[in-house]
Amino acid sequence: MKPAAFEYHAPTTLAEAVGLLARLEDEGCDAKILAGGQSLMPMLAMRVARPDALVDLGRVPGLAGIRLHDGHIAIGAMASKRAAELSELVRDKQPLFHAATRLVGHQQIRNRGSVGGSFAHADPASEYPAVALVLDMEMVATGPDGERVIPAAEFFVTYMTTALEPGEILTELRMPVLPARAGWAIREVSRRSGDLALAGVALTLRLDAGRCTDVRIAAFGVGATAIRLTAAEDALNGAAPSADRFARAGAIAAASLAEPMSCIHATADYRRHLVRTLLERSLADAAARAG
Amino acid sequence: MSNRKTIRLTVNGRHYEREVEARLTLADFIRHELHLGGTHVGCEHGICGACTILIDGSSARACLTLAVQADGANITTVEGLRNRETGQLHPIQQAFVDAHGLQCGFCTPGFIMTTLELLGENPDPTDEEIKEALGGNLCRCTGYQSILDSVRLAASRINTATAA
Repeated sequence: MKPAAFEYHAPTTLAEAVGLLARLEDEGCDAKILAGGQSLMPMLAMRVARPDALVDLGRVPGLAGIRLHDGHIAIGAMASKRAAELSELVRDKQPLFHAATRLVGHQQIRNRGSVGGSFAHADPASEYPAVALVLDMEMVATGPDGERVIPAAEFFVTYMTTALEPGEILTELRMPVLPARAGWAIREVSRRSGDLALAGVALTLRLDAGRCTDVRIAAFGVGATAIRLTAAEDALNGAAPSADRFARAGAIAAASLAEPMSCIHATADYRRHLVRTLLERSLADAAARAG
Repeated sequence: MSNRKTIRLTVNGRHYEREVEARLTLADFIRHELHLGGTHVGCEHGICGACTILIDGSSARACLTLAVQADGANITTVEGLRNRETGQLHPIQQAFVDAHGLQCGFCTPGFIMTTLELLGENPDPTDEEIKEALGGNLCRCTGYQSILDSVRLAASRINTATAA
């Protein structure tokens, strides 16, 4: 359980980091970016990852801000999850992201783990990718050609794989503030509080003249990436909120899942059952918050 | 660029400068380079919490941190808690002794360091808040109830001492 040897680089500016990644790639060197290390370090310890070099972003200033900008919330990729958890801006303006943050790991992990790291790591059982789909978040990547903005729907490609190019660094996460009369919810089942979810759902909706609108739902832990549950959304948009309707949406969501993975902790059927039940309950949470 | 690096850091108030391999974890650095064996290493991949220390005042898993990342940091380990002048245990340590918060003791340094952060941020936590805070630490003697009692006892003693 010791990491294999690697070269260690600690650039002190973003430009230096980008240049370093380009040079390492040219040299055929398999370089990994070290942010908070809370996902990468276990992979190094178990030697699931054996990079030739680590580029530590911990000494690069300016990547950890949390601010309101042009009507959206911008979180620097190196902001710690604890900073996002303690941010009044995030808590008041985007409570879904705030609640999701509190579900990630334990405080020891959130103190060191970066917000951006979880996006770049893209574990399908983690909360942020699902929240990113629900909120239509945007990821800002900085590479040799400057910045580019990647929408969440294109960012998560498959299991632990994102649209980031090898020479790019995820530098900022952007999300809208929660609109007026909107409700939100996130629920998950994990074996131990703070563990990755066996299954979970996140959603937002609005109530307009007694009808559900703008319903956006995503599930996590049940596929190679977080998944939008569009069939369930369609069954809810325009409908009056009711326990019956929410139960039916849960059933539709469960039926719409392609084969979720099975493992010793949860079979595919159990994960379907969890999505059904969690969605039903989450819809009730969100409707209550929207009302 | 080499895979060795010189780091300077403060541990329990003492300054150290060492050349380390980049792949060395902070947990192994503390134990094998500084010979501070109180930071226990259980799972080595961030699950058990036995290696919990404070980095610049915030709890962290020493096994999920590289020693090179701690260059310039101010670190507290369980050895830093005892009163250096009187030799007395920290109130949290004493509470764990008095309320039977440990059996084999392997997980104890991690629980104590987590409790140190908790009571620093929230001097009078509810049972739910204590459980939430301790959720990242495993005790395989399954002494959770007496650990909860220990944290409660520590909180009440510290609050009484502060009020006096």
